[in-house]
Amino acid sequence: MGKKLLIQNDKVGGIHTLEVYKQHGGYASVEKALKTMTPEAIVEEVKKSGLRGRGGAGFPTGMKWSFLAKPEGVARYLVCNADESEPGTFKDRYLMEKIPHALIEGMITSSFALGAKTSYIYIRGEYFYVARILETAIEEAYAAGYLGKNILGTGYSLDLSVQVGAGAYICGEETALLESLEGKRGNPRIKPPFPAIAGLYGCPTVVNNVETIAAVVPIVMMGGDEYAKIGIGKSTGTKLISASGHINNPGVYEIELGLPVEEFIYSNEYCGGIWKNKKMKAVVAGGSSVPILPTELILKTAKGEPRLMSYESLSDGGFATGSMLGSGGFIVYDEDTSIPMNLYTFNRFYHHESCGQCSPCREGTGWMEKVAHRIVEGHGKATDIDLLWDIQKRIEGNTICPLGDAAAWPVASAIRHFRHEFEALIPKTAVAH
Amino acid sequence: MSTSTNIKFSDASMAEIQKIISRYPEGKHKSALIPILHIAQAEFDGWLSAETMDLVAATLKIQPVEVYEVASFYSMFHLAPVGNCVFDVCRTSSCWARGADDIIAHIGKKLGIKPGETTSDGMFTLKAVECLGSCGSAPMLQCGASYHENLTPEKVDALIESYRAAGKRRSYTDRDYKNTL
Ligand SMILES: Cc1cc2nc3c(=O)[nH]c(=O)nc-3n(C[C@H](O)[C@H](O)[C@H](O)COP(=O)(O)O)c2cc1C
Ligand code: SF4
Ligand code: FES
Repeated sequence: MGKKLLIQNDKVGGIHTLEVYKQHGGYASVEKALKTMTPEAIVEEVKKSGLRGRGGAGFPTGMKWSFLAKPEGVARYLVCNADESEPGTFKDRYLMEKIPHALIEGMITSSFALGAKTSYIYIRGEYFYVARILETAIEEAYAAGYLGKNILGTGYSLDLSVQVGAGAYICGEETALLESLEGKRGNPRIKPPFPAIAGLYGCPTVVNNVETIAAVVPIVMMGGDEYAKIGIGKSTGTKLISASGHINNPGVYEIELGLPVEEFIYSNEYCGGIWKNKKMKAVVAGGSSVPILPTELILKTAKGEPRLMSYESLSDGGFATGSMLGSGGFIVYDEDTSIPMNLYTFNRFYHHESCGQCSPCREGTGWMEKVAHRIVEGHGKATDIDLLWDIQKRIEGNTICPLGDAAAWPVASAIRHFRHEFEALIPKTAVAH
Repeated sequence: MSTSTNIKFSDASMAEIQKIISRYPEGKHKSALIPILHIAQAEFDGWLSAETMDLVAATLKIQPVEVYEVASFYSMFHLAPVGNCVFDVCRTSSCWARGADDIIAHIGKKLGIKPGETTSDGMFTLKAVECLGSCGSAPMLQCGASYHENLTPEKVDALIESYRAAGKRRSYTDRDYKNTL
């Protein structure tokens, strides 16, 4: 069994309460960080840990923290990204719902490291009940002196609150999130300036994913060097994987990075194999935005090496034969799945979620949905597959935010690996025109 | 600038709104807009009429147009009347792969409506929505603050009956959520 650092106590009764959480070692990182460490020393440990952002992009957290501007007399903010709307991803919800104090503890320790005196957790509106759970836990933390003025008598003060969104995938993009938190439409900002220089209310801001912030707790406790020994190569530590689709045991699993994909899918400790004794056809390994891979390429790289659950191994081969770890939204499809129909659900999703600011994304996502729809309905034209390919190519790299790329990649990979399924849906009588 | 409206927030809502505004730095009270719109939608019949949005604008001392442009951006805000119980059924990949289309069809048949429609008694609205972060317990639907997961036609029938029997309006802000996982 691999190492667990985040949700090892998820089955402990009452772990959502401060009392039980503390009995299991909770809030020790706040004691250690605020009483015995300087903010710079914490940033240094996070750098040494090799921790990479768990929200999808995998950017090194310590480096991101060290970019934070620190002008005299200007407030700095830490904002937790709990928008979690990438299809296939539900790990942050699990962590916040089961062990809310794990996030709150991480927020306190991280805010101290960054010099933030006010921090926010921005959570998707649909998770309203999870926001209630977090709010109750935050009240407990205030009452126990872990939040508010002069925390544990150290002179450090922090206010933390939860902000709910209202249904918009794009608000997971960090600058759209900040716009939304300022009470505006969730339109991504043009970068630069990056949030580290001008973020919330124009002040220096760090935006991190829920799981990233929770991981700061074990890093502070064990030290960055020890954390870096867990995992494989530059993929250090553990990762929460949301497993869904045609598997026997859907759910959230904490894995040590480097676990073989095959073991993750077939071991009873994790997904437990494909449901109904069927065979696997394909996997989306890191949330809807990452390329879909057929069975032979998800289990082994093009070089024939076993594929591992790590940033490097999942992307081995580039987009021609690889994919990405992304948000850890791992969706498995059985042999009976229609890949074009599945793609159509993604096309519909991205069209619905495009904020509409850039025309390649706004027009392209709508057009791809329309073309994919007529293909799956059985009245596609002979030229439609090439048309889909062409549209996604024109979106990729030509937009303000990465949602455009995220909408394009699933299309490109589905056609690349499953072109025959699209061709089979085009009526034989359809003439090219 | 402030518009006169004939409706007002309850005292309890006003207290909550003040508490929310206090979370932001001086002068940044507009940050409270989305949380207040949720409260307003729950308090005034489950949707945001022009009158309700004007009240929100007056409460926050911002222009009504600032409220309209935000309300129209987010999918959880209803800009037209809806039923007491809005069934948001997820239709994205993981739910689709485990039978979401059948669940949507089953609800539609049972209630005699299509996605986007409301029953004539005003009790139910059916919506097909995008991923709700419940992919591992698919298929699923959200009603108010509650997540109903691992749905089967039988579970859906029981849900409809219990919501109908309770006869209450359900809101995303409800504190008496009941999750079925
Ligand atoms: C369209 C879009 C949606 C995103 N959604 C999320 C999300 O729901 N949660 C998240 O943590 N990051 C999301 N991201 C990534 C964020 O922009 C940002 O990189 C991340 O929050 C940084 O935190 P991390 O470094 O801890 O991963 C999204 C990005 C894009 C382009
Ligand atoms: S790429 Fe799409 S979502 Fe991103 S800013 Fe442009 S239109 Fe909006
Ligand atoms: S795909 Fe339905 S909840 Fe995620």
